Amino acid sequence: MANAILSVTNLETSYGPILAIRGVSFTVAEGSIVTILGANGAGKTTILKTVSGVMDPQKGTVDFAGREIQRMDPDRIMRLGLSHVPEGREVFPFLTVKDNLNMGAFIRRDTEGIARDLEMVYGYFPVLKERADQRAGQLSGGEQQMLAISRALMSRPKMMLLDEPSLGLSPKLVRDIFEIILRINRERGVSVLLVEQNANMALKTADYGYVLEVGRVVMEDSCARLLEKDDIKEFYLGMKSTSIRGTRRWKKKKTWR
Amino acid sequence: MLGTVLQLLLNGLAVGCIYGLVALGFVLIYKATELVNFAQGDLMMLGAFTCYMFTVWYGIGYWPAFALSVAIIGLFGAALDRIILRRVIGQPQFAAVMLTIGLGAMFRSFASMAWGSEIYTLPTPFSAQQSLVAGVSVSHEYLSIIAGTVILCAVLYAFFTHTKLGVAMQAASQNQLAAYYMGIPVKLVFSLIWAISAGVAAIAGVLLAPVSLIDTNLGFIGLKAFAAAVLGGFGSIPGALAGGLTIGLIELFSGAYLPEGFKDVAAYVVLLIVLVLRPQGMFGTVGRKRV
Ligand SMILES: Nc1ncnc2c1ncn2[C@@H]1O[C@H](COP(=O)(O)OP(=O)(O)OP(=O)(O)O)[C@@H](O)[C@H]1O
Ligand SMILES: [Mg+2]
Repeated sequence: MANAILSVTNLETSYGPILAIRGVSFTVAEGSIVTILGANGAGKTTILKTVSGVMDPQKGTVDFAGREIQRMDPDRIMRLGLSHVPEGREVFPFLTVKDNLNMGAFIRRDTEGIARDLEMVYGYFPVLKERADQRAGQLSGGEQQMLAISRALMSRPKMMLLDEPSLGLSPKLVRDIFEIILRINRERGVSVLLVEQNANMALKTADYGYVLEVGRVVMEDSCARLLEKDDIKEFYLGMKSTSIRGTRRWKKKKTWR
Repeated sequence: MLGTVLQLLLNGLAVGCIYGLVALGFVLIYKATELVNFAQGDLMMLGAFTCYMFTVWYGIGYWPAFALSVAIIGLFGAALDRIILRRVIGQPQFAAVMLTIGLGAMFRSFASMAWGSEIYTLPTPFSAQQSLVAGVSVSHEYLSIIAGTVILCAVLYAFFTHTKLGVAMQAASQNQLAAYYMGIPVKLVFSLIWAISAGVAAIAGVLLAPVSLIDTNLGFIGLKAFAAAVLGGFGSIPGALAGGLTIGLIELFSGAYLPEGFKDVAAYVVLLIVLVLRPQGMFGTVGRKRV
């Protein structure tokens, strides 16, 4: 693999007595898109929160751009160039769309660069320009997701963490969002760590993938090869209905270990 | 007759401004930290005493004393957050409520130790001056309260909507986690919000001092200001100001036109009626903010 921009080694994170991440290791090559797949409660969000510093790990190291960042404060980590688009968007509901975007650039001082990047994100998502003076809380869920991604871009990150960007979006919008994620990656060289339930889109967009089961990595490969695997086809691609997916997978799980 | 009404209107607005300013401090802190600072009125009292001390004891002049006392009380507010109140965030609300009530009592006894239990009058450039407007004699002391409040609100509005730091303060109040993700130093921002709230309380105290008298119980105005904040729908800044003005006007008019004894309860009666008809307050929105 090329130079790793992010490498996580033997990470363990818990909520009180509950160990949510049980020794996870993975790397993200510079300029690549890496996805982490896993069912509800597998620990995907916890991994992202630990990487961006909102949670502290019990054990393990997180290396970002040549520095150890585990246990650093989140605002310091973001200043190093790591930007987190959290699960559930988390926009500032009573600020205008434009002020939300400006908050994304809070750590920057270059007024002209900020103005140029504002135009850039309006280029990616023209609807945000139309709604620039509207409160973010009044946007639809999909528009809020666009805003969350754009806001993270406004800090000029080296790398973005995306937590389920497709959650609750229509199929058309999901395709649009993933296309833009790909463009951001290719045009601006931003490395991406993508967490997804929508395995089909994630595997088609990303270069490399990890499969997470109850806090452990159970499989990793290039996305092209993961798409061919029977387990993946059956448990992540074949079944659209999430309700039966959980129980079926549970039975089969042992074969993976 | 008309003259009396205009006079009452002016005085009611002035008193209402004071309630509004103290209520604004309640709301700023509450929106940021979900904590109700019952010592807000006592911070106002400390502001008035500090200004009196600098003006009369040290003779440094009204305006420098004004600026200095606001700065000192503002810093004190930030220190309160840094050293004490930050630690109870996330604990049950009762802990914070008791703590701020206790702090208020400590401020009052500190004031009586430092400045004695006498009653002081703060001399100002506009003391005992009046103008005749439309046949009504208007006291400059009351006018200064209204003018001061208008200017302060304009400055705060501009700061919160047009500066990066001000918008970041709003952002951190609306969604603390997302503010961390943006690299906003949330803890520092909260301390600054405490400083602003305490500073506004001190301004209210200094503005009120010429028309009231300064004593250690001045801070009990905080109780009416709290009613004003609730009336405005706790959490809304325009609501806090409107609530303050409403209570100020009701108080003055009921004092003049209703039988003895109504003056002090009228505000609470109105609060009761508003809360029954519109539980979220005049400016409140239904549904709670998330964080
Ligand atoms: N705040 C919390 N307190 C206690 N346990 C938690 C908390 N948040 C998550 N967990 C637990 O940690 C485990 C991993 O949760 P996490 O949110 O990382 O899952 P996820 O893979 O992101 O799931 P989803 O796809 O539903 O978002 C789960 O078992 C969950 O119950
Ligand atoms: Mg999750």
